Amino acid sequence: MMSNDLNIFLILLSAMLVNNILLIRFIALCSFFGISNSIKTSIGMGMAVIFVMVMATAVSWPVYHFVLVPLKLEYLRTAAFILTIATFVQLEEMFIRRMFPPLYRAMGIYLPLIVVNCAVLAAAFLCIDYRLDFAKSMVYTIGVSLGYFIAIVMFAAIREVVDYAPVPSLFKGHPIAFITASLMSLAFLGFKGLFGL
Amino acid sequence: MNISIGDIVIAFLALAVLGTVFAALLSVSYRFLAVKGDPKLELFMSILPGSNCGACGHAGCLGYAETLVKEGAEPTGCLAGGPIVAARLAEAMGVSVKAQEELVAFVACRAGRKIAKMKYDYVGVDNCQAASLLFGGDKCCDYGCIGLGSCVRVCPFDAITVTEEGLSVVDSAKCRACQKCVKACPRKLISMVPKNQTVLVACKNLDKGKRAKEVCSMACIACRICEKNCPEKAITVVNNLAVIDYAKCTRCGICVEKCPQESIILLPAGQTVAAQAA
Repeated sequence: MMSNDLNIFLILLSAMLVNNILLIRFIALCSFFGISNSIKTSIGMGMAVIFVMVMATAVSWPVYHFVLVPLKLEYLRTAAFILTIATFVQLEEMFIRRMFPPLYRAMGIYLPLIVVNCAVLAAAFLCIDYRLDFAKSMVYTIGVSLGYFIAIVMFAAIREVVDYAPVPSLFKGHPIAFITASLMSLAFLGFKGLFGL
Repeated sequence: MNISIGDIVIAFLALAVLGTVFAALLSVSYRFLAVKGDPKLELFMSILPGSNCGACGHAGCLGYAETLVKEGAEPTGCLAGGPIVAARLAEAMGVSVKAQEELVAFVACRAGRKIAKMKYDYVGVDNCQAASLLFGGDKCCDYGCIGLGSCVRVCPFDAITVTEEGLSVVDSAKCRACQKCVKACPRKLISMVPKNQTVLVACKNLDKGKRAKEVCSMACIACRICEKNCPEKAITVVNNLAVIDYAKCTRCGICVEKCPQESIILLPAGQTVAAQAA
């Protein structure tokens, strides 16, 4: 179980592998299947998710603890977080586009896709649910997003090879992708016993 | 839990304030950070069809528009838009465009349920892939159109319909040659043919003559009558199937008259493939 008592390294590993957001929690499957056709695009998507997720938690954590909690409006966090995250992703997109055009070209097309991606929202919620302080929230979020990156890149690598395999035509495309994902998920279950987490 | 009007007002105000602050933040920062979009890119995007079919080989219409802006790619890349879009793109880019042959998808089977002999009654998953896995489909002919509409579902332009006879037909007026149906058909029945080609072999049966005659009264039996009668030598029988060389064919229609199986068809000039089949 996640808590403030764990050290940073364990939080990172637990978020990345043991509770991998895609393969164990089954969150953000839409982008997992949608943007995993090639390693190249999945790396772009993974980088964008890391960036957006860390930024989203960095802004939503203060909004929750300094705005919603004092006003006793914790139940509004879904609406408030979507608002916050959507705003800041837009800001980031503008900022990157202006300041770092090459970076924008590399991951710009993915940014709008993850404005309200469920994984981004989930990471922000989980930090609150686990009552993590700000620093640990950031570490946790980095772990979650790294987990997303690892899972989607591995998945894309497998899918690229599966494309050449003689898959029965009934299973071609998404069906075999789902089977692949489920096998990967089983493999990730192996991390469950790690460190007794 | 007791909810007072005050709570509702607070909740309402809190989100309203939050939203207003963020909106203000966005609009202020937009003033400082706005980047003007490339006007050329937007112009190209307004010309392209915008259905993101991917037939050009890029990630959607935007991907193709970007290569047009950056690398000055050929304006003929958009298969879906065809010559109209190519001409407009070329005009926008200030280059001339070579006339390209317009293609249209054609389903090479004319043996509907009334004509084709059936092996069994197929009841199952409503797609051609599933049906063709079950003893090679419900038709006796292992090459014929299954008619469960797998091509219909992939067509981004609604150009394909399945007739009452259970045959897929392409409306050549709507077809934009994206070739998605070509990939979707488990029988490989759909091919791209020149739009002005009116003489077509409406069969893909590769069986030998006797067997072909047994399974379907409209199957090509590889009798070579068309091959012998063609004045332009445009037809050859390859692998038990007549194949027309569209470059040589003059659309004289002699083969259509001579074909004993009626598997070569002549479409009246100007009439769509769909209208002929209906």
